[in-house]
Amino acid sequence: MTFVLDHIGLSVGEEVMIDDVSLTLEQGTMNVLLGPTLSGKTTLMRLMAGLDRPTTGRLFADGVEVTRLAVRRRSVAMVYQQFVNYPSLSVYENIASPLRVAGVARAEIDVRVKEAARFLRLENLLERMPAQLSGGQQQRTAIARALVKRAGLVLLDEPLANLDYKLREELREELPRIFAETGAILVYATTEPTEALLLGGVTITLREGRVTQVGPTALVYRRPENIDAARVFSDPPLNELAIDKHGALVTLEGGRNLPAVGALSRLADGAYRLGFRADAVTIGEAQSSSLGFPGQVAVTEISGSESFVHVDVGLGVWVCLEAGVQEWQPGDHVEVRVDANRTFVFDAAGKLAATPYIAKTA
Amino acid sequence: MARITLDGIAHAYNGNPRSDKDYALKPLHHVWEQGMAYALLGPSGCGKTTLLNIISGLVIPSEGRLLFDKTDVTNLPTEQRNIAQVFQFPVIYDTMTVAENLAFPLKNRRLPKVVIEKRVAEIAEMLDLTRVLNRRARGLTADAKQKISLGRGLVRADVSAVLFDEPLTVIDPALKWELRSKLKAVHRALDLLMIYVTHDQIEALTFADKVVVMNDGKAVQIGTPADLFERPEHTFVGYFIGSPGMNLLPAKVSGSSALVEGAEIHLGAAYPALPKGGRIQIGVRPDYTMLTQSGGLPVQVRRIADLGRKRLAYVNLGAHQVVATVPPEMSSVAHQTRVTFDPAHTHVYVDDLRVAGAAA
Repeated sequence: MTFVLDHIGLSVGEEVMIDDVSLTLEQGTMNVLLGPTLSGKTTLMRLMAGLDRPTTGRLFADGVEVTRLAVRRRSVAMVYQQFVNYPSLSVYENIASPLRVAGVARAEIDVRVKEAARFLRLENLLERMPAQLSGGQQQRTAIARALVKRAGLVLLDEPLANLDYKLREELREELPRIFAETGAILVYATTEPTEALLLGGVTITLREGRVTQVGPTALVYRRPENIDAARVFSDPPLNELAIDKHGALVTLEGGRNLPAVGALSRLADGAYRLGFRADAVTIGEAQSSSLGFPGQVAVTEISGSESFVHVDVGLGVWVCLEAGVQEWQPGDHVEVRVDANRTFVFDAAGKLAATPYIAKTA
Repeated sequence: MARITLDGIAHAYNGNPRSDKDYALKPLHHVWEQGMAYALLGPSGCGKTTLLNIISGLVIPSEGRLLFDKTDVTNLPTEQRNIAQVFQFPVIYDTMTVAENLAFPLKNRRLPKVVIEKRVAEIAEMLDLTRVLNRRARGLTADAKQKISLGRGLVRADVSAVLFDEPLTVIDPALKWELRSKLKAVHRALDLLMIYVTHDQIEALTFADKVVVMNDGKAVQIGTPADLFERPEHTFVGYFIGSPGMNLLPAKVSGSSALVEGAEIHLGAAYPALPKGGRIQIGVRPDYTMLTQSGGLPVQVRRIADLGRKRLAYVNLGAHQVVATVPPEMSSVAHQTRVTFDPAHTHVYVDDLRVAGAAA
């Protein structure tokens, strides 16, 4: 089916929880809601599910308005961060429960439960009780229950957040594949940029109840249309720098001037905010298309294959990504260079004014 | 101030272990040095929390001795161990100000007022809490509260160790970066022994000087982040560290070459005398497994994941699944292509344990 949110809003008293959200979700697609805690991900999902009613706007499933339709009459399934299973029912009965409620014939239930169990590798655990399962197995049971309903709209609210890192990696691999085969619309909420990239599909970035950008995941990453989308889609956090461009120079806060190199040379005069990810900052002397900054190492974090060097440049602390193990010590004086051709430029309103990635992705 | 010695520490919850399987924590010998940061890393059920609880005194080990410097503390209750602890969720007094919260562990020890004030100011400065020192804790955000919790754990200069139990679980990704680097900077500034439990490899690797990788009740490797990444001593470490983990493939090894899926690959070292009868695998991380158009072994591409700063290819090599890096200059990826393994980073494992090669 196609699911449409048409100017959906939700206010509680004076507070605006969801601010005028319009989206069209197509059959068989993965839609990632990316935003920090309290950005409205769960609230938006509850509105889509029909658990809460919007104060403004309408919802359509395949062109039919469902805004006021009761939850149980909608084709929707939801998986929560905190896995929910019936403690007194076996895994089999937990998975079967929505089908029993719907009055599906026993033989059909058996076929569907076993199929879902096979997908989620629960076949050998069907007789167990939830208390006898690990966290990952419990969440897989909850996911199987969502799967077995064959709902047109499947809402996954940070479904892997409470699981071990490695288990998350594995389930994240499997989930899109499992649900893709059902042809459902998937909506997946996460706070993590890397998770969005791994899931692919379409990403919807959220901030304070507003959608800041919608687009193919890799494109939103490479071409954030505004500083809010860039911030939410950067891990390590986006490094930022305010500049005032005039002629061949850019002036920094504090008055230092640098040459307007690379992509910056083509900007109209005015005030801008540069946003650049850790991989656009390198320790070393400035080159022809980069901006150089003296700084002091605050801390170095080594991940095994890469080092994240946090450098205080006086205008803030930036994170630089260096390949391999780099043992910079706190207090070390270093020169960092920012590649002007890999910098997003935002105007005073926070809208993208220039990006190096346009040429590459066009 | 102390070093902690684990002298054959082991634990079985049923009290009467008959086989290896009965141990939640298998016998462990290790010394943790003053001023260092250690992370206990592993999946749930690996024994990391049991080990932390033994150090804090919540669990008395069924075997072995725990020494803080030369003092045997194995049977001492928590309050006599002189340790500080930080938990998953903030443990603070909502009605007190931030300053009072930070001062609390020091007031309890009846330290002079000037000493308390100086230390509270110092810790607040490190954690960026100076501006909110006089605010009540109640109105603060979850991450500010967790910062106070961290501060309370770090405020005492005389503790034997500070124990952290998954302290960043409730923190948003962007703030995690900030808190993690703060914690690391604080560790640099203060001469404290820190022990940090987590299942998140990024947290463990970026925080710790040494990481204890645990699986199934056993410490399978203790090493620096670079050790664990470059030379996993156990296939579990190869799998668990790195995201995705190491590629492991059954192989026949002779001298300095290996036969993988019927094709010969070159190893960076020679393995003249591998133990007979063992299960032999080669292990190469995705970072050192490259897609290529010529040379290498033939593979079928299942899918490409675009991770922004790099692309990974999930491929089939015969019956085996392998993850490879797509070189930046490769613009389009054919379904049928090839992979190469960097010989310098290709390891040989016999029954899951790494075998050191000789110069080839």
